[in-house]
Amino acid sequence: MVEEEGIRRYIAHGILWIGIAIVAFPVYIAIIASTQDNALIANGQMSLLPGGHFFEVYYQTIFVGTSGSTREPVGNMMLNSLVMALAIAIGKIAISIISAYAIVYFRFPFRMPIFWIIFITLMLPVEVRIYPTYKIVADLHMLDSYAGLALPLIASATATLLFRQFFMTVPDELLEASRIDGAGPLRFFWDTLLPLSRTNMAALFVILFILGWNQYLWPLLITTRDDMQTIQVGIRKMITTTDALTEWPIVMATAVLAMLPPVFVVVAMQKLFVRGLVETEK
Amino acid sequence: MQKQAIFQSRLLPYALVAPQLAIVLIFFYWPALQAVIQSFLLQDAFGLSTSFVWFENYVDLFRDAAYFEAVVRTFVFSFAIAATSLSFALLLAVMADKPLRGSMLYRTLLIWPYAVAPPVVGVLWIFMLHPSLGVLSRYLRNMGIDWNPLLNGDQAASLIILAAAWKQISYNFLFFLAGLQAIPKSVFEAAAIDGARPMRRFWTVTFPLLSPTIFFLLVVNIVYAFFDTFGIIDTMTRGGPGTSTVTLVYKVYSDGLLGGNLGSSAAQSVILMVMVIVLTGIQFRFVERKVTY
Repeated sequence: MVEEEGIRRYIAHGILWIGIAIVAFPVYIAIIASTQDNALIANGQMSLLPGGHFFEVYYQTIFVGTSGSTREPVGNMMLNSLVMALAIAIGKIAISIISAYAIVYFRFPFRMPIFWIIFITLMLPVEVRIYPTYKIVADLHMLDSYAGLALPLIASATATLLFRQFFMTVPDELLEASRIDGAGPLRFFWDTLLPLSRTNMAALFVILFILGWNQYLWPLLITTRDDMQTIQVGIRKMITTTDALTEWPIVMATAVLAMLPPVFVVVAMQKLFVRGLVETEK
Repeated sequence: MQKQAIFQSRLLPYALVAPQLAIVLIFFYWPALQAVIQSFLLQDAFGLSTSFVWFENYVDLFRDAAYFEAVVRTFVFSFAIAATSLSFALLLAVMADKPLRGSMLYRTLLIWPYAVAPPVVGVLWIFMLHPSLGVLSRYLRNMGIDWNPLLNGDQAASLIILAAAWKQISYNFLFFLAGLQAIPKSVFEAAAIDGARPMRRFWTVTFPLLSPTIFFLLVVNIVYAFFDTFGIIDTMTRGGPGTSTVTLVYKVYSDGLLGGNLGSSAAQSVILMVMVIVLTGIQFRFVERKVTY
């Protein structure tokens, strides 16, 4: 171990705590603002200590919504976000794991072209093909629907590549063994490969859930009905251009509620999160 | 790389790839193709007729001063965001890499902003630095700065850069920390025995050994700044004041939706696609081979 004088160690602790404070400050302000009176905030008189309106603000946010701009309960927006995030995460894992299975464990004509067709999608985020995708979803009558929200975001290769990578490391003996036991391809997949992939699936789920929950541009375009808004879209509509009308405590409570599920997932499932993040970037 | 043990089946593999293939073809290739086709078409003002105009949409774009400004602005934003976020994250990662008590707690307290959505980041920062009600704006004004990001374009731009860099700190921190932990401790010991002071050790040993990580993160941060800043910009400034925070992605969005100029928007999309492909290509080429010495 390299010599590490006590003073340097204190400096390291100090810098880390300053860093943490800088990182946490905007969120602290949001939490504080969500417990205060709107008139006080609008005057620029906001206190840096918690106010007494916590229950009333959160009750109104979750069950009623803003009285001016969107009039949609944020509880409902969260439900939409949840359905979309789960659909993206589960849908992507499901279609990717079976296509990776086919590509690794079978030889069939057009195997490599199919692999490349899927692989290329890795490169282009939905933002660069946004209007044509919008038109297709509109033609399929999927505007304002959960399918329309989720399907275009499922069309990407990250998960397929990850599972392919993992399947390549699974020893061949396992397949031989289950074949001797008389198992066919589906049985082998279900009884052997799926249980082995559990950690990979969980890590991927954590990342995809966060990405899905945080989608913005796509839901903004394809949802027109208030009751189909996701929370990310809803919060933007709450900030009215005429500042005087913005109900800041509710906006901040919505911000807190929008952060809560993904931040909880990151903190509670930190190991899986780090693993998923590193593996999807490889 | 191929598996030796495989299954024989004629139809099953096609059935297994079919769902993904269908989704990718319908929601990826078809729209991407449409974008390319549309970029060669011009629609009249009423949307009644379209004509094939070759590269006119592209030529118009390259002649358009506003587009050129957006290109420059996007690159300035990207490098400013990457530089701010990377240097701050590297400092924190170097500190957290030391054998400190509670280093797991530090990691937990630094990585969660990854999970905050861009539009929420925008809302948090505009609230904090709002010209009339922001808690930090008071201090800026007391310091004699005429702070108003809703009217001053440069201030709006710096606000977006700060907010976007803030969100990316956690991601960079995690990868830097992993990169640092992968460096064998014996290298530092050798440098220490040679009498190198900690600062010198950092610049002559740590920094060069981290260069693959730095390069990888630079590309990731630039791609992030290209795309994920959309939510931040849209909730904070909506491209304003004027066009001082309109980036390339924001322009695709606003020209297509608000302006209704689909041909130009499609041409912009195609240019963006090419840019991303180039960036990804650079990343694959260099990250695969690693920056070695």
